Amino acid sequence: MTTTTERVSTRTPAVPARSRRKPNWNLVLRIVLLLIAAVLTLGPVMWTLSTSLRSPSESFKLPPSFFPWNPDFTSYAQVFRQLDIVLLVLNSALVTGVIAVGQMVTAAMAGYAFANLKFRGRGALFSIVLATMMVPVQVTIVPVFMLIRGMGLSDTLLALILPAIPTAFGTFLMRQYFMGLPTDLAEAASIDGASPWRTFRSVYAPLAVPGMAIVGILAFNFHWNEFFRPLIMTISEQNFTLPLGLVSLQGNLGTGSISVVLAGVVLSMIPALVVFFFGQRALQDGLTAGSGK
Amino acid sequence: MSTTIPRLERPKQPAKAVKPGTPATSQTASGRQSQRWLAWIFLAPTILGMGLFTLVPIAASVVLAFFRWDIISAPTFVGFDNFAEVVQDPTVRVSFLNTIAFVIVAVALQLGLALALAVMVQEKMPAWLRTFFRSAFFFPLILSAASVSIFMRYLFNEQFGVVNWFLSLAGIPAVPWLTTPGGSAAVVILVYVWQNFGFSFLLFIGGLASIPVETYEAAALDGATGWRKHVYVTLPLLSPTTLLASVMAIISALQVFDQPYVLTRGGPGDSTRTAVMVIFESAFQRLEFGEASAIGVILTLIIMAITAAQFRLSKRFVFYQ
Repeated sequence: MTTTTERVSTRTPAVPARSRRKPNWNLVLRIVLLLIAAVLTLGPVMWTLSTSLRSPSESFKLPPSFFPWNPDFTSYAQVFRQLDIVLLVLNSALVTGVIAVGQMVTAAMAGYAFANLKFRGRGALFSIVLATMMVPVQVTIVPVFMLIRGMGLSDTLLALILPAIPTAFGTFLMRQYFMGLPTDLAEAASIDGASPWRTFRSVYAPLAVPGMAIVGILAFNFHWNEFFRPLIMTISEQNFTLPLGLVSLQGNLGTGSISVVLAGVVLSMIPALVVFFFGQRALQDGLTAGSGK
Repeated sequence: MSTTIPRLERPKQPAKAVKPGTPATSQTASGRQSQRWLAWIFLAPTILGMGLFTLVPIAASVVLAFFRWDIISAPTFVGFDNFAEVVQDPTVRVSFLNTIAFVIVAVALQLGLALALAVMVQEKMPAWLRTFFRSAFFFPLILSAASVSIFMRYLFNEQFGVVNWFLSLAGIPAVPWLTTPGGSAAVVILVYVWQNFGFSFLLFIGGLASIPVETYEAAALDGATGWRKHVYVTLPLLSPTTLLASVMAIISALQVFDQPYVLTRGGPGDSTRTAVMVIFESAFQRLEFGEASAIGVILTLIIMAITAAQFRLSKRFVFYQ
């Protein structure tokens, strides 16, 4: 590990570099502490993956396994037998997909209006939108539940989708995004005689795609993992989403077989992992957007 | 609370709309007219949706808090009875105290850990290693709290859990994690912090990156090294980020539900019951919607008061460059 001091990045010298020949004990100690933290962070997930690949009868055995030496897929087969996991995945994908696309479109439209269009009450309206970010979902859940019931939508997937589409955070993000785009584009378009709609459709909407992707990825990550609203809004198992199905799988099994429950958990993580590998940067940027860095 | 808004909405560059000297073509009456039309059409889905699913429900929640209603029979007006009952209900009281204790311990751990790790990552180190640590600490954020709680339940199992197995290697007898009040509370806190410290970590990384290198160089010339550098330079310059991170961490910790629900169902006894869990239980298990709304209103008032207090305090302690 001491060799790593040789490859120090020259871009971020937070401290004046010391002599490079002596082993930098400060750096070694820091890396050891960080590695311990990383092992504690990733360890439980590694154990989950590894244990799901043990046979159900082996799953309780100690010492724990952290690497799947001889993978056994019977627990995965069991998940498909015990749980209608295909249906759960379809439900989750449908709910999450529609919410993500809905948020991308509505947030882009509203964000554009707040950033680039003039109308009376713009500032006040935007403040109201921002203020709704502060209201915890639990406070509005009872009236929203009544409303959904009144609309005849209780225990349907639409009950999960509709209230999640208007997004204050997404609107805020898209407004920032549009404000970051050069204003000369709109001027050029209007000199060419383009209507505001035309300017949006041909000039700004195509440029907004990366911003919309951040909104979509954030929405996907949040709603794929959502537990509280589905727990309240859905009653029958054919409308369950993945997190709900997994908790019920765990309940059905009691402490019967860890590996089967964990196989279900691993299956539910796969889409999140895909998003992690391809959208990590976008997710990080989206989560910290507005933190004013 | 209002102080966040100007800070958050500070634009990167002046908006086109407020910029003087916009070409006359876009200032024609018909141009302005069509802008207005387009604006309202674009805003319609968001504004209508928020009105229907956030603003009306907030108002309804406040009104409902003064009624007794079980959905089946007609609601009856009871004045402040719900509030009086809720305040005297020992379960509600305990769950609010639990929530406050949880917020204090979990947020302190989360911010402390995140800050320490961010400072360690941000200093001189190979770029690939820094990327690895950033991704590792970020990773738990992408998982669902329900799945995390499911596998953590097994890790903290008294007889066959991995945590107790490691402790046994050190000669420590099995800890009854999920069957004692103290143990359950500790597990809920650990699992929550495990999953969420990465968010504060990201905020701190952003904050640290915005501290100019020259500040450290100047401090080094004055002889500040090691700890003193962090105490006298990093901490004061990072205070705006710390404020933001603590506000966000506290607001999210006040709403904790998934972890205690899946890990312990609030037990043993009421030891891990949280404020949100009693809202859920009184509304959807006991069908006391008025009472649930009253608890929700109290929780919202607490969140608003804490946020406002933080910004008040921050005027004295936060140092802006």
